[in-house]
Amino acid sequence: MTTSDASSFRGTRLASKGIENVVEVDGLVVRYGRGDRAVTAVDGVSFAARAGQVTAVLGPNGAGKTSTIEVCEGLRRRTAGSVRVLGLDPAGSRSDRASLHRRVGVMLQEGGIYPSARPIDTVRQYCGLHSGSATSSPDELLEMVKLTDRRRTPWRRLSGGEKQRLSLALALTSRPDVVFLDEPTSGVDVNGRDTIRSIIRSLTERGCGVILATHELDEAERIADRVVIFDHGKVLVEGTLDDVRKARQAVRLRTARPLPLADMPASIADWLHEVEPGHYTIEDAPQGLVAALAVWLSEHGIDVIELRAGVASLEDVFKKLTGGES
Amino acid sequence: MSGPLRAQLGAELRILVRNGEQLLLTIIIPVLVLVFFGLTDVLPSDLDDHMDFLTPGVIALAIMSTAMVSLGIATGFERNYKVLKRLGVTPLGRPRWLAAKTLTVMVVEGVQLALLVPIALALDWNADEARWLLALGAVGTGTVAFAGLGLFIAGRLRAEVNLAAQNGLYIVLLLLGGMVVPFDELPSGLEAVAKYLPSGALADVLRDALVGAGSQPHTSWIVLGAWALAAPIAAALTFRWE
Repeated sequence: MTTSDASSFRGTRLASKGIENVVEVDGLVVRYGRGDRAVTAVDGVSFAARAGQVTAVLGPNGAGKTSTIEVCEGLRRRTAGSVRVLGLDPAGSRSDRASLHRRVGVMLQEGGIYPSARPIDTVRQYCGLHSGSATSSPDELLEMVKLTDRRRTPWRRLSGGEKQRLSLALALTSRPDVVFLDEPTSGVDVNGRDTIRSIIRSLTERGCGVILATHELDEAERIADRVVIFDHGKVLVEGTLDDVRKARQAVRLRTARPLPLADMPASIADWLHEVEPGHYTIEDAPQGLVAALAVWLSEHGIDVIELRAGVASLEDVFKKLTGGES
Repeated sequence: MSGPLRAQLGAELRILVRNGEQLLLTIIIPVLVLVFFGLTDVLPSDLDDHMDFLTPGVIALAIMSTAMVSLGIATGFERNYKVLKRLGVTPLGRPRWLAAKTLTVMVVEGVQLALLVPIALALDWNADEARWLLALGAVGTGTVAFAGLGLFIAGRLRAEVNLAAQNGLYIVLLLLGGMVVPFDELPSGLEAVAKYLPSGALADVLRDALVGAGSQPHTSWIVLGAWALAAPIAAALTFRWE
């Protein structure tokens, strides 16, 4: 099987069951430790992820993304709140958990495989672990993630991208209705990213819900339908990618050298948000501000690389919301 | 056998075969110890036939190598590599994971016995008085005790610290366990302690079952049974999957 026909390797089960939200998180709280040393990693988070869509969970390190996803996967206990995956509680009864283990695909951020194990053996093992579910053959799965040529290479000798693709193949052995992918393109080269994006698209086309935790905003912007931006354990914004970007109408300015903000007129400088030196945004600019800015730049000999009005990029939105961390 | 259990057992056995150091520990070292001391007769044993002392001791050593050290080190690294975490989101489940580990240990122990007993017989060990069912009971009880100890250590420590701890304990129990050094050759303080260690108790009950020469078989059965009860409980209460 090739990536181009990967969409045919699963049937759709969600549509017939009328499940729209594959994940529903409501008021989730996760605390680690006790007493004075307790740390609140997730603080009242609520969001939903839909069938047939990619939901990107974004946030800086320590924002609570992985803790939230691991609660959804059933790997971590929650302190408070409600979580439903495919309508079932990941921390619920044994039958709920068993059902979810058959229908949920998981790709960990790293590891999860014996270093001496070969891809073909590992995929065979996972196909066997899911033997009660409909599964593709090990050879088909390796073909799909383009690891056929490396099928007998021990995991420790695979490149970073090959390890990620093998991990993705393991997440798909169970005919999943929802897939959690934690940093799937981290360390993956351009061709590997194309393969992973193609597989993700094929999953959503057949109705599978994909929850994608990533640092890589460009990657999220390419493939996400919805985004949830986390910071300090809270959800700052949730919605479709277009809604989140349009909510931040912005003028984007890139200059050849950093602007001397302190020396600029306050009537201009106060509106400029410095994403990084030489890169600025202006939100909800008043009439005449852009013209005044262009004149000032011209008078001071500062070359403009880009001056564009329109929707903000996901990176602009993210940096604005999280204070520049990524 | 269910599909998930069969798949996990196959994976465990493949990993075991591909890890040369595990085979060295569980197969090659016990065989070398048996052959070397069987041929040289340098062990300070009071028994008339040195093979009567050596054979049960080496079988106890082999059981400890497999059930404690090999299992413990492998499990520690599986925690470190997040293999256990990844398996936690499959239909395998903890009972079948434990069953796969148990069956793997049993397979290795079967291979060990299939090698060690014929080699001992070839070295003129007389097994006419051996009570094999009792010996298998001792092997089973010892396996549970050592597996509990191995998982107790592996379930809390970082992989590298666990590796050092398992190997260190292996040496201590080997020397104090009545496996190759008789209890009465140890300093009096250590002798008293050694008889209450799981290694000493297993070697003693095996010596009683195989050659009728245990030093305190009833007490050793109680000691071994207590370890077989306490160690798995301690492991179950303290084990961290990640």
